[in-house]
Amino acid sequence: MSTLAHPASGRRNTQRVRKWGPAAIVFGIGMALWQWVLPALGVERYLLPPLSDVLQAFWDNRSELVRGGWITFKEALGGFVLGCSLAFGFALVLARWRPLGSALMPYMIAANAVPIVAFAPITNAWFGTLSPWSKVVIAAVLCFFPVLVNTLRGLTSLRPESLELMRSYAAPQRVVFARARIPNSLPFVFSALKIASVLAMIGAVVGDYFGGSTEALGVQIVSSVSLAQYETAWAAILVASLIGIAFYAAVALAERLVVGWHPSIRAGVD
Amino acid sequence: MKPSEAVVTARGISKTFGKGGVTALQDIELDVGRGEFISLIGPSGCGKSTLLRVIGDLVDPTSGEIRVNGKSARQARLDRDYGIVFQSAVLYDWRTVAKNIALPLELMGFNRAERAARVQELLSLVELDGFEKHYPWQLSGGMQQRVSIARALSFTPALLLMDEPFGALDEMTRERMNDELLRIWTEIRSTVIFVTHSITEAVYLSTRVVVMSPRPGRITSVLPIDLEQPRTRETREDPRFFELVTEVREALHAGGADDVVEEPEVVE
Ligand SMILES: Nc1ncnc2c1ncn2[C@@H]1O[C@H](COP(=O)(O)OP(=O)(O)OP(=O)(O)O)[C@@H](O)[C@H]1O
Ligand SMILES: [Mg+2]
Repeated sequence: MSTLAHPASGRRNTQRVRKWGPAAIVFGIGMALWQWVLPALGVERYLLPPLSDVLQAFWDNRSELVRGGWITFKEALGGFVLGCSLAFGFALVLARWRPLGSALMPYMIAANAVPIVAFAPITNAWFGTLSPWSKVVIAAVLCFFPVLVNTLRGLTSLRPESLELMRSYAAPQRVVFARARIPNSLPFVFSALKIASVLAMIGAVVGDYFGGSTEALGVQIVSSVSLAQYETAWAAILVASLIGIAFYAAVALAERLVVGWHPSIRAGVD
Repeated sequence: MKPSEAVVTARGISKTFGKGGVTALQDIELDVGRGEFISLIGPSGCGKSTLLRVIGDLVDPTSGEIRVNGKSARQARLDRDYGIVFQSAVLYDWRTVAKNIALPLELMGFNRAERAARVQELLSLVELDGFEKHYPWQLSGGMQQRVSIARALSFTPALLLMDEPFGALDEMTRERMNDELLRIWTEIRSTVIFVTHSITEAVYLSTRVVVMSPRPGRITSVLPIDLEQPRTRETREDPRFFELVTEVREALHAGGADDVVEEPEVVE
């Protein structure tokens, strides 16, 4: 491998450095603050242990943390898939039969304002504390409303001429949805899916807080704190954050692949 | 013209938007014969687009009746007798140029090979060869409008409804597209109803020019254009052409359309 870069790739590297450089510097500063400045300021370990201790705790507990992360991620993913697909299907029905939409929408919006994690102890009672379903349901309900509202907007926000065109072809509703309304909704759907990926992780972890299999990540956070193992708790939070970021990034990647034609995406492509 | 030859008959068409709102059309009477090229001209807001939409069964008239090919407008739409070009291009952002053009063919069940062949023909017709893989946002406004024209022509509809299709084009391209449109019109023997703001364009293209006036939108005169067919470059220099342009202009002014946009003409 040559260290002499091709001029074009050299330029690309320069661009990359310019794009990511500032963020990398901020990251470095943040880590340094965490590691050295906070302890020097006398921040106690139960408030925030130094970075190296957290990393050490991660390394020591890596197999439990990864397994716990996987369990909680499966709860989040299950809730995401369930909540988002129900919301999408529901949005299709409401867009197809508008009177139904206008009858139900006020309640949907009101329900959207309900703090859904407040139900977490209740779903544990419904499904049993150890069942993953109590977390899946919390995650699903959290995902449902943003996806419903955004999809519905996407399905109904076409220019009138776009629909008149279909009308002039005497296209049945099925075709109008398949060729016009659904493609038009996809950018809206994907912004909602990105929000939902974050909400699903929150739902699953918070669901864990109220009890679950001792291996689940949220349960580990709670029990580490109660045993004063703050380093382990922080390591578990780190794992949850990384999973959340990876989940979001996966949805963003899917967005790129599916709605590459959309202005918000095409600005980034090229 | 015998009634049996009429492609479109409009009888007492009125359209009011909203309760006691704008009267976009009032008592429109119009017969369009098979193979005619009709231009609708009139100041902005006089109901040209609305009339086109009523004929195309995209809006219901408040009163009156439209018959198309001896059927109700609705039946004609269900039989896919119309090809519509809207005032703006109305392309689907998620479809490439080729797929936008092929959209009606897809809906009408043409197979992939037929669609591909037809798309190639149409692309060269509207001078967009090589752009099939582009997305609408990668095209200029005029190119987008040409895609929408290709789409309307793709299934050779019996009746073409075109709402200012060339408004976004420069004068040179516009004249070339005019000639192309006339060629297509004679070739597929379709009937065209064409909205324009340009007097010269209306005279050059049409067999008859329908002059409309606003508030309420109504037809004030119908001028037959007796220029020889086929129309060519010479037509634009024919003294009769200038007489007809003047006639249309006077009809517009008589209809109270003093705000009509006129393009400057080259004086020879
Ligand atoms: N959907 C609508 N709702 C309410 N009023 C409308 C609607 N469409 C058109 N109008 C009104 O009807 C009148 C005629 O509109 P139309 O679009 O047919 O005019 P036009 O002759 O095509 O004008 P332009 O040359 O500017 O395109 C206008 O006064 C307009 O405000
Ligand atoms: Mg108009």
